[in-house]
Order: sequence, then C-alpha cells, then structure tokens
Amino acid sequence: MTAGQLAFWILAVMAVASAAGVVLRRNPIHSALFLVVHLVTLAAFFLKMRAEFLAAAQVIVYAGAIAVLFVFAIMVLIPGKEETGPDPLRALRLLAVPVAGLLLVLLAMMLRSALFAGPAPAAAVPGGVAAIGRALFTDYLFPFEVTSVLLLVALVGVMALAKRRVA
Amino acid sequence: MVPTSYYVGLSAVLFVIGALGVLVRRNPLVIFMSIEIMLNAANLAFVAFGQRHGSIDGQALVFFVLCVAAAEVAVGLAIIVAIFRLRRRLSVDELSLMRG
Repeated sequence: MTAGQLAFWILAVMAVASAAGVVLRRNPIHSALFLVVHLVTLAAFFLKMRAEFLAAAQVIVYAGAIAVLFVFAIMVLIPGKEETGPDPLRALRLLAVPVAGLLLVLLAMMLRSALFAGPAPAAAVPGGVAAIGRALFTDYLFPFEVTSVLLLVALVGVMALAKRRVA
Repeated sequence: MVPTSYYVGLSAVLFVIGALGVLVRRNPLVIFMSIEIMLNAANLAFVAFGQRHGSIDGQALVFFVLCVAAAEVAVGLAIIVAIFRLRRRLSVDELSLMRG
C-alpha cells in the first residue's frame, strides 16, 4: 500500500465517521462541530486530487462561513429540547433505514455497471487558480455572472426575512 | 494512485449518510447539515470524474455548487429563525401547513 492509498483510507474513515457523527449526535452543536471536521476532510480530499483552489475555497466558504453561520443559528435558537420527547413518528423513521440501504444498493449497482470501463485515467489536471480562473472566465462566464446575481438575491432575501416586523 | 472508483464509492456512501440524516432527524438545523453532507458528496464525485477525464469542468461545477450552497444555507437559516420566532418550537413534524 502506497502512502497515497494510506492517506485515502485514513481520510475516508474520518469522512464517514464525522458524517455519521453529524447524523447521530443528539446535541446540534456536536453535529455542527462534526460537520466542520467533515468539511475539512473533504478539503483534504480535494488537495489530494490536485484541486488546490477548491480545497482553499472549501475551507474558507464551508468550514469558515457556513459552519459559523450554523453555530450562530444554534446559539440564537437555543434548541436542545426538541428531540428529547417521545417520537410520534417512530415507525416511519425506522423505515428510513431500509430506504437508505436500498439507495446505497442502487447507487452501487449503477456505479458498477459500465462507468469505469473506459480507458485509463488521463494525466492529472492542474487545479490551481490559473486553470480554474481561465475556465470560469471563458467557458463558464455566463453562469459565473448569474452566480453573482444569485448571491445578491440571497443577501437581500435574508435581510427581508430577518427584519423584525413592527406591528 | 487511488482509482477513481474508490472516490466515487466513498461519495455514494457519504450521500446515503446525508440522506439518512434528512430522513430521521427532527431538528431542521441538523437536516440542513445533512443536506450539506449530500452536496459535498456530489462535489467529491464531480472532482473525481473531472480528474478521470482530464478536464477542469468538474472543478468549475464544484465552484458553482459552493456558491449555491452558501446562498441556500443563508436563506434556509433565516427561514428557520423566522419560523422559530413565530412558533417558539423547532420540529419539522409540526410544520405541515403552508400558511401560518
């Protein structure tokens, strides 16, 4: 086993364990902290696949901004009591486990079918700022500009939603 | 070098974990976090396939997913806070009406 494979398996175990932690912990603040671990692990995967720009963006946007937003919302809402009482829909929730298992089986079947039958992987793509910037400002120029409108709409919408209505 | 199929398989496992979280949890905040896990699983698959085909397009798509996720989380959390102000409770099972 080479060092690259060893790193892959360590990171894979960390990613799956932290994702399970998000889903299984009852306290939402623990879930948020597990989510940070998960996102940083994904950034490490991007780094391993030579996507340096995405790794940096992942840490800044996800582990930075989005995680802080989650923690902030948890502090504002002060939850912790909402999932302690008896569950009125327990039978339905237990049904979710076989459904998720079925989804995994279907995904595995789909991936095993013919997806990887092609030629061997091409040479590594450069994932630096230069390469991705060239792609964003040539082939993806229009979606890139639409993204700025989307962020502006989200900004205005959040302010409209968060404004306290004066009765 | 780790084959692409390993990355895509890991991405499938993470996606299923996220879907399970969306299905079983009652707290809307944790449901949002599970959606983030699913988005990240898709990102991993994008980058892995881009790597396999030797193209930068996968990484460009991940960039757009990142932007949409940021906007989605901001709007979603604002909606949750607004609902909490109205109801003083936080459970998705009670939110079954389209109007307040």
